[in-house]
Amino acid sequence: MEQSKGRFGIHGGQYIPETLMNAVNELEKAYNYYKNDSKFNAELEALLNEYGGRPSRLYYAEKMTRDLGGAKIYLKREDLNHTGAHKINNVLGQALLAKKMGKKRLIAETGAGQHGVATATAAALMGMECVVFMGKEDTVRQALNVYKMELLGAEVIPVESGTATLKDAVNAAMREWTARISDTHYCLGSVMGPHPFPTIVRDFQAVISKEIKEQILAKEGRLPDAVIACVGGGSNAIGSFYHFIEDSDVRLIGCEAAGRGIETPETAATVNVGSLGIFHGMKSYFCQDEYGQIAPVYSISAGLDYPGVGPEHAYLHDIGRAEYVPITDDEAVDAFEYLSKTEGIIPAIESSHALAYVKKLAPTMGNDKIIVVTVSGRGDKDCAAIARYRGVNINE
Amino acid sequence: MSKISEAFKNGKAFIPFITCGYPNIETTEAIVREMVKNGADLIELGIPFSDPTAEGPVIEAASLRALENGTTSDSVFEMVQRLREDISIPLVFMTYANVVFSYGSERFISKCREVGIDGLILPDIPFEEKGEFSDFCEKYDVDLISLIAPTSDDRIEKIAKDAKGFIYIVSSLGVTGERKSIKTDIRAIIDKIKKNTAVPCAVGFGISTSEQAREMAEEADGVIVGSAVVKLAGEFGIDSPSHIGEYVKVMKDAIRGI
Repeated sequence: MEQSKGRFGIHGGQYIPETLMNAVNELEKAYNYYKNDSKFNAELEALLNEYGGRPSRLYYAEKMTRDLGGAKIYLKREDLNHTGAHKINNVLGQALLAKKMGKKRLIAETGAGQHGVATATAAALMGMECVVFMGKEDTVRQALNVYKMELLGAEVIPVESGTATLKDAVNAAMREWTARISDTHYCLGSVMGPHPFPTIVRDFQAVISKEIKEQILAKEGRLPDAVIACVGGGSNAIGSFYHFIEDSDVRLIGCEAAGRGIETPETAATVNVGSLGIFHGMKSYFCQDEYGQIAPVYSISAGLDYPGVGPEHAYLHDIGRAEYVPITDDEAVDAFEYLSKTEGIIPAIESSHALAYVKKLAPTMGNDKIIVVTVSGRGDKDCAAIARYRGVNINE
Repeated sequence: MSKISEAFKNGKAFIPFITCGYPNIETTEAIVREMVKNGADLIELGIPFSDPTAEGPVIEAASLRALENGTTSDSVFEMVQRLREDISIPLVFMTYANVVFSYGSERFISKCREVGIDGLILPDIPFEEKGEFSDFCEKYDVDLISLIAPTSDDRIEKIAKDAKGFIYIVSSLGVTGERKSIKTDIRAIIDKIKKNTAVPCAVGFGISTSEQAREMAEEADGVIVGSAVVKLAGEFGIDSPSHIGEYVKVMKDAIRGI
């Protein structure tokens, strides 16, 4: 059988309503044109550098390295980007593309609120209208980000259907796009959804691994032994992995949110506990029951609380090129506190999943080895929730 | 010849949709019998999915309720088996790709044939992705229904040429649910379709009143109504079969003789 477009092995594809097909075809055509357009690329680079604050630092975490007593640890500081996370890389690219396509309005889903804030930011900058869909539950967990989006001029629509989290926000955004295509671009926040989104988002996030490669070669004169990042849909992870995929000696490790543990139903570790399915426009791994009903997943991290994973990650898992490990809430919270105390850097709870695995892995490696871990975002947004997790009730 | 074509031999076809298992599977079974008794020409049986992204709030809420009640693909298959003891009009399933895929596409589609399902509507399967389902559909003689939307434009020709059973014309942008008016130029879409196929066309999305049904039946070979029916099931619960029967009669009468 002939495979449709946008495949990563058996994964990916375009499983969407007919109503959206010409919209994704138009997007694909525009992207294929502009990705090779030198003027577009120069404009995007200027935006990323002058506005977004790139390149982000590759920081040698000396105290952490000494404390863990093994591999040398470098932090890729995506938390230092404008808006405080890697999300801006993708959003500036898509917003610029949408503008070139003549779209006047951006819609987006958001989990933790980082992608929503980034989209609202780009919309403000480029003079576009912006509507962000966010699970009702997440608007409570991440109230500060709701305020920020509104401050930036976006409309935030709380989604109450289903589990009222990220997957339902995606459902709502897809429904809205089906209803209003001509002037609206759906600025998808992760390497998921129908083709061409997984490819577009990956390309815009690949700047992370492009920089890591240049920076580590400049600092160490060689490639790292492992690159580690957290995975929800998987955009910061694919961005961190992409330019290393061809370097088979570099271990690529994605850290999934295990929630209360992969042996419990309260987990979001899709690659570890999910099965092959078709959802949100793509074939990939999903947390689901035997009848294909999507499972209500759980993680302390609103950004990783998603029942699927991007199709390219599913493929990298299938061919054994990348490893996907589960990290529990407890481990992530410990790492959140650890990095704050050890390096004076408060990481996002999402990124803390990757840092938790570094804590386990680094001591098992020799001190001639090198780990790069992507700190995908900063943790200001999580402080109140982590305080509550530790039994301290503070006002935001 | 597809069995579905029989639905279009009795004047313009009236095609009601119902979410299986809402409010419970016994009521769904009774609703289907009432629909048949009152003139439905073909019935769409919705197998509930946790995340029905093509659906508006009415059918979404019904789907989630049906799942909470323990409705599964297997309980729906069993219901169809019971219905087939005395119901002979064409029946099709409407559900989402993952419901079929996770059951095992071949297992699901062969089971459709076994219990007497004549067609399958998967709103998240566009032309480009249909191969992995249509091969099994052909093998087991179940029509995979193609959808055409107001945005289909240059895609209409290839979709129509390959269509089986009937073509589902999506009347409007957006999701299912009642609308005050339908602004799409349905005539223009149907003209393009008819140049490429003799397969009948039915219009759905947003139709609830007999006036709208008449208006659509002037252009199309059939009219599909979902949310308005499901709303009655929600309003009257286990007493809804007779109410839905009356509604079906009014709607079928409205499009008779067009």
